Amino acid sequence: VIQVLADGVVAASFIVLGVVGLSMIYNILNFPSFAQGDHIATGAYFALGIVALAGTAGSIAGLGFGWPLIGALVFATILNGMLALLIDRSIYRQLRLRNASRISLIMASFGVALMLRNLIVLFAGHDPQFYAFSIQPALSIGGARITQNDLLSVIVTTVMVVALHLFLTRTTLGKSMRAVSENPALARVNGIDVDRVIRWTWLIGAGLAAIAGVLLGLSVQVNPSMGFELLLPMFAAMIVGGVTSVYGAVLGALLIGIAEAVTVQYLAPEYRQAVAFLVVIVVLLARPQGILGEKA
Amino acid sequence: MDILSYLVFFSAVSGIYAIATLGLNLQWGFTGIMNVGVVGFFGVGAYATAFLTGPNYADAFGGFGLSPLLGYLGAMIASGLVALVVGLLTIRLRHDFLAIGTFGAAVCLQLLAMNLKPITRGFDGLHSLPRPFAGLAGSPTVANTWFLVMVVCIIVAVVWALERMVRSPWGRVLRAIREDEDASAALGKNAFAFRLQTFVMGSMLMGLSGALYASFTGFVSPQDLLPILTFQVYVMLIVGGSGNNYGAVLGAVLIWALWTMTETFLGAVLPSGLKQQVSAIRVVLVGLILVLMLLYRPQGLVPERQNVSREARLHG
Repeated sequence: VIQVLADGVVAASFIVLGVVGLSMIYNILNFPSFAQGDHIATGAYFALGIVALAGTAGSIAGLGFGWPLIGALVFATILNGMLALLIDRSIYRQLRLRNASRISLIMASFGVALMLRNLIVLFAGHDPQFYAFSIQPALSIGGARITQNDLLSVIVTTVMVVALHLFLTRTTLGKSMRAVSENPALARVNGIDVDRVIRWTWLIGAGLAAIAGVLLGLSVQVNPSMGFELLLPMFAAMIVGGVTSVYGAVLGALLIGIAEAVTVQYLAPEYRQAVAFLVVIVVLLARPQGILGEKA
Repeated sequence: MDILSYLVFFSAVSGIYAIATLGLNLQWGFTGIMNVGVVGFFGVGAYATAFLTGPNYADAFGGFGLSPLLGYLGAMIASGLVALVVGLLTIRLRHDFLAIGTFGAAVCLQLLAMNLKPITRGFDGLHSLPRPFAGLAGSPTVANTWFLVMVVCIIVAVVWALERMVRSPWGRVLRAIREDEDASAALGKNAFAFRLQTFVMGSMLMGLSGALYASFTGFVSPQDLLPILTFQVYVMLIVGGSGNNYGAVLGAVLIWALWTMTETFLGAVLPSGLKQQVSAIRVVLVGLILVLMLLYRPQGLVPERQNVSREARLHG
């Protein structure tokens, strides 16, 4: 049971880093971005490219990677944020300026998703790739076996969530973001630069997605559809947690991660992706506002 | 002769897509239901027809050996039933949740096709499905031509029926729901029932499209159930003009032409080792067209016809 919980928490850590961006974009720009999964993949491939340039992922303290990969992670985070900004400028912003419907934005994100994934195929091919080949000894923690990389994912995710919490509650920019997601018109009247908030939303959302991509790439593999496969669990986490709340989304991710681990362990591993869908349907029917969401 | 047989083949496939696009037009174009699970209903139709008409596999369900026409009918019923279940679960949801819900439903259906091996044979797929008109003539082109004639007849019938439906009082309610669901509910229209009806009917057309596809190619596998198909059908509808049945057909033909031509063209220009890249460029290109259409011509090539009363038109 502890092993299943541990697997669930590891699975959740990738979902968490992705869903934060999804939830922020949903609340501030008002549409579910079908491209969020593919932003995870682009982040992973940016890092892969940088590691390839460096020639090695390095190695420190017995981990399967070292400074080159850590540097790559930082650059990939920035590059991925810039890419998202570029896409927003050239597509979503233009649609917003034209007062396009939410449905147009969803469709556009669907198009962006496919373009990103196929651009990856164009430049890097279909085949799975790895940052480094190393055999990961599993550590034993409280009766659960967990690899170093998986443990690292959980730690990095926890740190990022705490940092995000501090950012949203302690900084002016973070507070403006919450204000815009609550009521854009009121926020604008109060002198908040909504465009700036939108820019940072993409930077943070895509930046965290890049971190998710690198961690996922480290613990499993890097392939073009790695992010797209996370899309449904991310949507599920967001809805389960109540779409209006980033914290709810984090909680939702934990729930989905554990539900997936239970399915893989006790039921049918091949239906892992279906779990997220079933959880969503049950939640939407029983409690449409999600676990932490407020009633509209 | 070679060009001709290619044209017949091309037209038949684009006609098959046109039927799915018409189904989506009923859902999205007229009623505003954002079904992102088109491929799921297409797949249900394809598999249903394979079970009903296919040969008796030792290791899969089906083998009833029924005639293709019964197969198509069964496919429409099957996809209609699946749509009824999915619709009852999701149709009340807001647009964005409905999109996510239908997307999830399609993913689950693909998982079933992949993993229910005793029924679907998994990735091996169901092959050697009987192709209609195959016994009629020696050359495959003649059979394909007959198939094309059948597809065109189906399209004409479907467009005629849809045009009558959307011009009827029933169709006016659909557009009213699309524009303002609360207002139409206030006028006593049961939006849920209307949305469910169009969802089921549109999905039946998608199922028919899948059934025709399976019986035209004689093969169906989970590889035919990728989310990219949903995307293609949306691009067809948006390029053609959502809310216009003729636009839907035009869009299907144009986008399928572009899709096949880029493959032929890029395949000829680029070295043969770059097959992956060719299909990747193709998707990027179609994605670009979608985004450009959304930006510069959101109404599509053939926009929806405005239905205003004679009085309103006279007074501008």
